[in-house]
Amino acid sequence: MDRKNGPAVRFDGIAKSFDGGGSFAVESLDLEIAGGSFVALVGESGSGKSTLLKMINRLVDPSAGTAAIAGVPVAGQNPADLRRHIGYVFQNIGLFPHMSVAENIMIIPRLGVNEIVNTVPELLELVGLPDDVAERLPSELSGGQQQRVGVARALAGEPGLMLMDEPFGALDPVTRDQLGETYRALHDRLGLTTIMVTHDMAEALIIADRILVMSEGRIVADGSPEALLAGEGGEEANALIAVPKGQMAKLRQLEQRS
Amino acid sequence: MNLRLQEAFAQVPALLADHVLLSAAALLLGLAVALPLAVGASRNDRLRRIALGAASLVQTIPGLALLALFYPFLLALNSLLAPLGVALPALGFLPALLALALYAVLPILRNAVTGIAGIDPAIIEAADGVGMTPRQKLRLVEAPLAAPVVMAGIRTATVWTIGAATLSTTVGQPGLGDMIFAGLQTQNWTLVLVGCLAAAALALTADALLGLIESGIAQRRRWKIGTGLIALLMGVAVALAPLVMTSSRAEVVTIGAKGFSEQYILARLIGDRLESAGYEVRYREGLGSAIAFEALVRGDVDVYVDYTGTLWTNGMRREDNPPRDEMLAQLSDWVSDTRGARVLGRLGFENTYAFAVTQETAQRYGLQSMDDLADVAPQLTMGTDVEFLNRPEWASIRTAYGLAFSGTQSYQPTFMYRAVESGRADVITAFSSDGRIAASNLFVLSDPRGAVPNYDAVLMVAPSRADEERFVSALTPLLDAIPVEVMREANYMVDRDEEKVSPSAAAAWLAEQIER
Repeated sequence: MDRKNGPAVRFDGIAKSFDGGGSFAVESLDLEIAGGSFVALVGESGSGKSTLLKMINRLVDPSAGTAAIAGVPVAGQNPADLRRHIGYVFQNIGLFPHMSVAENIMIIPRLGVNEIVNTVPELLELVGLPDDVAERLPSELSGGQQQRVGVARALAGEPGLMLMDEPFGALDPVTRDQLGETYRALHDRLGLTTIMVTHDMAEALIIADRILVMSEGRIVADGSPEALLAGEGGEEANALIAVPKGQMAKLRQLEQRS
Repeated sequence: MNLRLQEAFAQVPALLADHVLLSAAALLLGLAVALPLAVGASRNDRLRRIALGAASLVQTIPGLALLALFYPFLLALNSLLAPLGVALPALGFLPALLALALYAVLPILRNAVTGIAGIDPAIIEAADGVGMTPRQKLRLVEAPLAAPVVMAGIRTATVWTIGAATLSTTVGQPGLGDMIFAGLQTQNWTLVLVGCLAAAALALTADALLGLIESGIAQRRRWKIGTGLIALLMGVAVALAPLVMTSSRAEVVTIGAKGFSEQYILARLIGDRLESAGYEVRYREGLGSAIAFEALVRGDVDVYVDYTGTLWTNGMRREDNPPRDEMLAQLSDWVSDTRGARVLGRLGFENTYAFAVTQETAQRYGLQSMDDLADVAPQLTMGTDVEFLNRPEWASIRTAYGLAFSGTQSYQPTFMYRAVESGRADVITAFSSDGRIAASNLFVLSDPRGAVPNYDAVLMVAPSRADEERFVSALTPLLDAIPVEVMREANYMVDRDEEKVSPSAAAAWLAEQIER
């Protein structure tokens, strides 16, 4: 896979209400995400971050406003066609249990995307899996391996944009850390634009270039990890950062005592 | 192997073929309706509620009633379609097919809806996320993952359908039910048992093969699916072989019989004569009273025996009660003028309703006539066959004598005689040609008011055979040839508990008496 620059994503006045206007999961929001950046959307559950993410690949359609990829509004595009060109990875993985790993990975090419050149071994190598898992069924793999397959499946359509909804949320801490590192390296190597939803501020600080903090359907903080750590993100961001900071301080104390 | 068992087994292949054809066709039709409906239902909440509700409602209708309901339904449909020149058969294969297919829908639909709904939402999200169209999602994800559950539904539907297909006998569609109904009527338990076993074996075989396919789908073993499918297709082909072989012969005559011993015997008597005349013969036995005449008019049955009073009241809807010659003359005209069929003539005996009591009951209440019966009726219960209470004759008899019993109970004819012997019924509506009246030593009450119509047995011939010289002349020797005593004895040979003979044997005996 050659490096290319992922597309920019832009929201204009986008809003979503699931109850016909009574309350808003996402409230009229304008946002520009630069091509090639790695953005983390952080917030409590119910803050609207997943809804915002899914309005990009039309798993959710907005009540108002538009989302656009590389300047092209998604609303006018055929949803199936749109999604084949966007990588989508989510917490529950969703591998097809009746298909082998190889069949899972090659599902997007099978749906009718012609310009694919990647082979199964190349994709497995990208996500750090050995060749011999190709013929196995998903149920024979560990959770971490399954999500690596999930990432490989998303990359098979050669997307420029990756949408990740709590991608490593269900994994054990060690696997999670490894997979996070593997993916960040892939992001850089392939020149992707990645938008990742997570509720874990520590993960966001370590992996992302830019962090957006969401609360009650609004973006309440927007900045680089460095800026947020320096306390420039405001009250809600500081409260979220206080947790990993506090843990780190306690660990350091323990270390010094021993 | 004893003779009765041999006779019973000899009937299996032809009836099994009909049974398999009907069941397979009904299942395919059920599948064709249920599967698209299930896909629609899994996409649309309202459709799901309506479809599942309707299918469950159908399931609450007893199988026998559902089959019976299609008869008036198809007749009504025919009268609507008549201007277009379309005439659907209201009897036989079509109503049986429709009723059974409707029955098969629920288990398939319910399982398919459950199967699709039971798929992990994450997998559906992934299918949408990778950009599957709804059609691709159905083909690549939903169908394969729901398949084992759907197959389980198909298995349930198959077992139900094969079982319920035994009831198709009552609407004139032959099947293994013919043996069960005929055996029940003539108390030939061997016949009942062989019919049941054949149906059960068929159901178990089909279930086992579908089970093999189901486990093949679940384990993703292609050879299992293939083996199951091939065995299933071969089984159907082998079972249908007798059907293909008989249909290639010309000149097949269908002889109808209602569901009691006398009818079975007379059908065989007619059949033997027609076979001697060079015809290939098929039997449609166990037909309901109203259905038999319609089947004749439609040509589904070529010949059968009916009774003047039955056609007079049920067919012509007449309530008066003229002398027997006049009744026969008017009936013959009506049958040929309005239906094109032909009343060939009387067989010589009458099978009328005879109100009968045990000798003890007659003595205790001093009963001689129906007038005497009316006085004590409030203390008595009446046992009848399953049709009598709904027949117009009962209404006119009841009015004529002012009969009001303390209770009524309907039985299959065989059990009706048992009921009066055991005292569970005090009076029964026996049949005057029935050997069991004499055998059970029953006392028949006289009918001084002439309220019970004539029930002369008459030979009925279908419109297409009405003028067929060879056909008619083969049957003419039966006219006025069977006195009531002879018929009674023949009936008794079949109905008695000891030394029973089959209807065919009784028919052979009857033929000998006629030739004498």
